[in-house]
Amino acid sequence: MTRSGENPRPAAETALVTLSIDGREVTVPEGETILAACTAADVETPTICWAPNLTPVNVCRVCVVELEGSRTLVPACSRPAEAGMQISTDSERVRHSRRMVLEFLGSANDLSQASEIADWSRTYGADPARYEGSADGGGDLPLRPEPERVDEPVRIQDDLYIRAYDRCVLCYKCVEACGDDAQHTFAIAVAGRGFDARIRTEYDAELPDSACVYCGNCVAVCPTGALQFRTEFDLRAVGEWRPDDQAVTRTVCSYCGVGCNLELHVQDERIVKVTSPADHSVTSGHLCIKGRFGWQYVHAPAFEPPTTSVTEH
Amino acid sequence: MADLHFSDAEPTASERRAVLAALSVDEASDGAVVVSHPRVVRAGMQRRKQMRHQLLPALHALQREAGWISPGGLNFVGRTLGVPPAEAYGVATFYEMFRTEAPAHELSVRHVCVDPICALAGAASLAEHLRSQGHAVHEGPCLGQCERAPAVFIQGRREPDRVPADGSGPDSLLVSVTASAPETPSLLRHMIGRDHGHSESMSMEAYRERGGGAALDAALSLGTDEVISQVTAAGLSGRGGAAFPTGIKWRAVADGEGPKHVVANIDESEPGTFKDRLLCELEPLAIIESIAVAGLTVGAEHGWIYIRGEYPLATQRLRYAIAQAHSAGWLGDDAAGSGQPFDIELRRGAGAYICGEETALFNSLEGFRGEPRNKPPFPTTHGLFGRPTVVNNPETLLNVNEILRIGPEAYRSVGTEGSPGTKLFCLSGHVGRPGLYEAPFGITLGELLGLAGGVQGTLAAVLLGGAAGSFVGPDAGELQLSLEDTRAAGTTLGSGPVMVFNDTADMSAVVERLAKFFRDESCGQCVPCRVGTVRQHELVTQIRRTGRSTEPQRELLGDIADAMGDASICGLGHTAASAVLSAMQLGLLGDTAS
Repeated sequence: MTRSGENPRPAAETALVTLSIDGREVTVPEGETILAACTAADVETPTICWAPNLTPVNVCRVCVVELEGSRTLVPACSRPAEAGMQISTDSERVRHSRRMVLEFLGSANDLSQASEIADWSRTYGADPARYEGSADGGGDLPLRPEPERVDEPVRIQDDLYIRAYDRCVLCYKCVEACGDDAQHTFAIAVAGRGFDARIRTEYDAELPDSACVYCGNCVAVCPTGALQFRTEFDLRAVGEWRPDDQAVTRTVCSYCGVGCNLELHVQDERIVKVTSPADHSVTSGHLCIKGRFGWQYVHAPAFEPPTTSVTEH
Repeated sequence: MADLHFSDAEPTASERRAVLAALSVDEASDGAVVVSHPRVVRAGMQRRKQMRHQLLPALHALQREAGWISPGGLNFVGRTLGVPPAEAYGVATFYEMFRTEAPAHELSVRHVCVDPICALAGAASLAEHLRSQGHAVHEGPCLGQCERAPAVFIQGRREPDRVPADGSGPDSLLVSVTASAPETPSLLRHMIGRDHGHSESMSMEAYRERGGGAALDAALSLGTDEVISQVTAAGLSGRGGAAFPTGIKWRAVADGEGPKHVVANIDESEPGTFKDRLLCELEPLAIIESIAVAGLTVGAEHGWIYIRGEYPLATQRLRYAIAQAHSAGWLGDDAAGSGQPFDIELRRGAGAYICGEETALFNSLEGFRGEPRNKPPFPTTHGLFGRPTVVNNPETLLNVNEILRIGPEAYRSVGTEGSPGTKLFCLSGHVGRPGLYEAPFGITLGELLGLAGGVQGTLAAVLLGGAAGSFVGPDAGELQLSLEDTRAAGTTLGSGPVMVFNDTADMSAVVERLAKFFRDESCGQCVPCRVGTVRQHELVTQIRRTGRSTEPQRELLGDIADAMGDASICGLGHTAASAVLSAMQLGLLGDTAS
């Protein structure tokens, strides 16, 4: 990063590549992804497992695009842009696979708190109800047995955050944030296989017994509310979670000298959540337990010094 | 690597011993590949990273010793190898052969295959019988013994793993159309008619008498460029199913910067496939020789064998062959007098179909979950440990030996223009003589079935290519079994399984089992395959229950198939609908209603 006025070094020769997105020529620096090229071309791309502050794992497959010459669709989020690529982002094949991914998730998970996925599902016409049993299949037999869903109890093991894995779409973001993309704690990983794969601590140990350090970085990147701050969970339980009524104030964490920026989400004059901007140069959106959860003192009763009577002689 | 957090659970003394024995002793190889004593392991971060690839052997040791992967045992492995316990647990829960819940297995576990061929042969009643005798039984996917169905594999508890049929039943049938003419390629030439139970025939001396070692000599005298140009001129393509040109793969790795790797992929798990098992059991030194040819040709220092955990006899014989290759000087710091170091380390899988996918295999071998990587980048540039890697299966590697023996022109004298050479076909099910058949590419399906003693009863369907392949009907006798002809006919040879069903087989049950197979074997990483295989299985189950399919059901199956084929990460998802769709087209899944 160069600031104006200091060290005016000539920019290193960054190779550029030009490719075609939906028939439009786009030029991006070499090493950028197709997703970045789409964004540069003002083409909006749905993503679930991608985040600007995490390494792409390309597992949700909702960002797939059609690449001329490729037998299958390719994930925009992780495929590097190459010169001369011919990309279609709105072909029948692309729309079909995106719709099916969203439909699959809708048929398997509780997405009631995944507003972005809900928006994309509307855009692509996803209809998870297609998988539900109905009586019009074969006489008195249902068309299909009830589709298997991810069925998990809410895990509430502490005062800081909850885990509701029936909402988990296995985007791997929490694992990445807990692991070598941010925290390097490795408290959670994917365990099991196939539809039974779940995010787990070892042997599903309770969080306080695990390696978890309560940085909350997993909660910050979760796209479905499967991981949720306890404040939000409790407010939702009583119907009092109102994002539209929340003010977001940016400030600097008061604990140490690193300078992490915080975004305080305030509802009814109470802090209900703390995040950090993903593009902040210090945090990349990640915080520690103090910045993330150590704000209760703000709401403590103001300190009143004891009244003493001083008798002067 | 951060400081790791472990629970208070401690290993038992026997768990500790078992793990240390697995880590510090490497049965066969000593040298080229990192073989570290635990004391060295704790020397530093870099060492720890290098140790993670020993996670799978360590978990195998725990499972065998304790009957499960206990928290104390997992902690010990994690501390020793520097692997976070949550990640080690994630790896342990990935595999069929590891148990992560108490109580431990007190007994050896009898794995009984319930995939289509074994199901026809009475796998269900066999499992019931074994249970009634007080055995621990686990019904699971194909065990690669389809020619002698129903298959059983015994996962030993305080005893070695074994397959009851090994050495007790009749030898598996081997037939080769090309073995009689010396100037044609034949992988089975020296395996047919030999007494394989006799350990003498497994010795280096006996192997040399059969002409063994010639390929390695030829490779060293020809040099990298000439070997690769011969392989390319011969038109050799990979025999694992994807049929990628071997010469192109080797050229790319030879041109890459070291360190480089060669991996023999012996994780064949495609239902109906057992050829690589037989090749390794019957001529293990040829496999070792062919890996050395590949390694010295592309300039790799490290050779790896990744073999199915369910293949104890092949594993034992390959280890013996590696030891003999060491004694003979084929492996080591100056491998076969080449001046290059090359060594081979053997690793056992632990029960996961997906680990036959090359990038999933890399992850598994490196001590991670066997989840496929996105391609590109391809293994030729970013393979095992991120290095340029040749990965081939034994059948492909043995073909290189044959090319070096007779030259590319003679090699091309059999087969078709587009598919030179021979193919190993695994015949199973309702044929007169199930077994391993070698025939030139282009043989018709009818001729092949004739070789195998013909169809028993009235043919209903043949499943080509296994679960990832597709069904052809009784009218497909004229189909030429070459890469190009099967592709044109909308089917595939895959790795060579030919599963034959007559009209007594409950085909809808076969199709439902195939759908279940993919549901069970999907790794779960990407959404289209993780959920798509479940929805497909649910639909097939319901269609089977009602005996007919409706238009909305067929449309939904097609929609699921398109998404899995287009948007999945790897070949498992891409092919997970192919057998089901072909069965639907052939009417094997009941009537179609509007």
